[in-house]
Amino acid sequence: MRTMDLSAPFEGYLRQAPGISRDGDTVRLDATDVHYRQMNEAVRHAVREGAKRVVLDGVNGQRYIGTGLSTDVRIEVHGTPGNDLAMFMDGPAVEVFGNAQDGVGNTMNAGKVVVHGDAGDVLGYGMRGGRVFVRGDVGYRVGIHMKAYQDQVPIMVCGGKARDFFGEYMAGGMLVLLGMNSQFEGPVVGGYVGTGMHGGVIYIRGEIEPWQVGEECGIFIAGDEDMARLRPVLEEYCADQRMDVDEVLARPFTKLVPVSHRPYGKMYAY
Amino acid sequence: MNDLMLHDKSRYGGFDAARYREESPFKIHGGCGLMGICDESGALMSGQTAIRAMAIQRERGNGLGGGFAGYGIYPEFPDHFCFHMMYHDTAGKEAAESVFDEQFLVDLVEPMPTRPTRGITDAPLLWRYFVKPDPVRVEAAGMSDEDYVVHAVMRINSTVDGAFVASSGKNMGAFKGVGYPEEIGHYFRLEEYDGHTWIGHNRFPTNTPGWWGGAHPFTLLDWAIVHNGEISSYGINSRYLEQFGYKCTLGTDTEVAAYLFDLMLRRHGLPVELACKALASPLWSEIDRMPAGERELMASLRAVYGPAMLNGPFAIVLGFNGGMVALNDRIKLRPLVAARKGSVVMVASEESAIRAVMSGVDRVWAPKAGEPVIARVGGTELPTHDGLHLAPAEISCAVGGPAGACETLEVG
Repeated sequence: MRTMDLSAPFEGYLRQAPGISRDGDTVRLDATDVHYRQMNEAVRHAVREGAKRVVLDGVNGQRYIGTGLSTDVRIEVHGTPGNDLAMFMDGPAVEVFGNAQDGVGNTMNAGKVVVHGDAGDVLGYGMRGGRVFVRGDVGYRVGIHMKAYQDQVPIMVCGGKARDFFGEYMAGGMLVLLGMNSQFEGPVVGGYVGTGMHGGVIYIRGEIEPWQVGEECGIFIAGDEDMARLRPVLEEYCADQRMDVDEVLARPFTKLVPVSHRPYGKMYAY
Repeated sequence: MNDLMLHDKSRYGGFDAARYREESPFKIHGGCGLMGICDESGALMSGQTAIRAMAIQRERGNGLGGGFAGYGIYPEFPDHFCFHMMYHDTAGKEAAESVFDEQFLVDLVEPMPTRPTRGITDAPLLWRYFVKPDPVRVEAAGMSDEDYVVHAVMRINSTVDGAFVASSGKNMGAFKGVGYPEEIGHYFRLEEYDGHTWIGHNRFPTNTPGWWGGAHPFTLLDWAIVHNGEISSYGINSRYLEQFGYKCTLGTDTEVAAYLFDLMLRRHGLPVELACKALASPLWSEIDRMPAGERELMASLRAVYGPAMLNGPFAIVLGFNGGMVALNDRIKLRPLVAARKGSVVMVASEESAIRAVMSGVDRVWAPKAGEPVIARVGGTELPTHDGLHLAPAEISCAVGGPAGACETLEVG
């Protein structure tokens, strides 16, 4: 920690460029106490200069990491990234060695986020492409309004348990919940799962009670065709999270799909 | 709240509205940030800890309000009520001091220690008073000391023009104003105070103007509340509180949460878990799925304390002399993260705030919506009920509290 200067207010972040070291096409940034604007500008600069791998050390609370980047750079985050990690992201691979906060993958278009910890609320809000793989628990409103179009199909896998409103207003893509690496007590997911859902599919490892699920969802046992779709996704997830795919697949999955693609089509019709 | 009429003390005392000229005329939409930390062993930590946790969440505010409350900070005056006061002008100071002289034995009066700080302008006059209720008047009023102090706070806030009570508890104080929290903390020299519990707030005013009295925390006695969100049930909550003698005069919704905790915890003797369930009631569909005893308890609680329910999105931290309680609305519309390391419990809007002041925590978790995180300094007596699984016969006692507790406090 920095020493305390009593002549001026303590500032949580320094408005200065992070310490930088380069090794080939890897750029390493020391983000300790650096404000998110300076840190993200350094990331963008490194990408413009051709870096293929950016390693961020000492991250704590800096927002918008990877936001809006549209290259195939690989970003490694050590610490606790701030809100809206990978927002509007369009290509990069972001790997977080720690927990993520709220709003990961907000409106993300392409690329991949791997979190080796837990993640917070509104994970994958409006996500429209790419992948988000979280090892542990996730919060409320995960996968809210995920959407898909033709080949753009977002996929999110959460290894722990989830709270209420999982897949709320979901319009497309695939949302998977395993219930395995969890510190939550109780069922694998809270209530209001898939409320307002009108597209896409939710797979939950194990079973789910009807009260947990929104009226717009049908509850099914995942069949062979579903497992054929799930297997390659879970193989990739398990490789990233160093988990045993056979153990993950050892229990049957529940499948939730919307019963109507326009559940509120008549709400405002006269 | 969007109701500027609330600012007009003419409802109570007949003063004009010029007193609010320090209010900002515009509003900006956004969020807020908060923190709370409590060492359950009673060990003290510097206010710098709270500043650090808020500074890391700077982006959650916009410089229109920051504040802190610390507990155990006045060990030399543990039995005095300490009034932290904000005055618009010397007339307000004189008027409030005449109330103190009339109702209290005043043992120390001094200006709040501050230092010139970049970003802090237009501060009101800031004074503190270490007082004890005049025992003759307390006896004549037939009140507890605490009710007597509440009476004085309501009297000053609702009738004394240009004077606001920032805090009024024993061995605690609120430090708040217009600025970023790290600037406010620096201004009030918080690193010179040591407390076992601290709460902090970074304000991003949405519905009411940014002004010194409107910064968080909001307090009564030693209850202090910081809040992120908006209480859309303010109207029904404030009318309910008026029945018990509380006057909502500060023009910000958060005020009701402080008074509701005072009502339920201090005056009704409700277990803290039940008070939290009254504020963030389980949905009826959840109550229907509960086991029989708990179902009846929750149904009774919603029936008795319906007007105390806080509707709308919120994350709040309540500080008090025995610790702190953090609580989310029942569908988790505002962020809250908790952690424990040994005897230290911490909550914040963002995990990064926890990481900024605690290394190597034992556990970090996201509390479930509507389920309080409670930290209690050892030896504190506060009614609690573990597990909430009461038998139906115990429900009326738990909800009703001690005999006579619900009697209305006469104010005015």
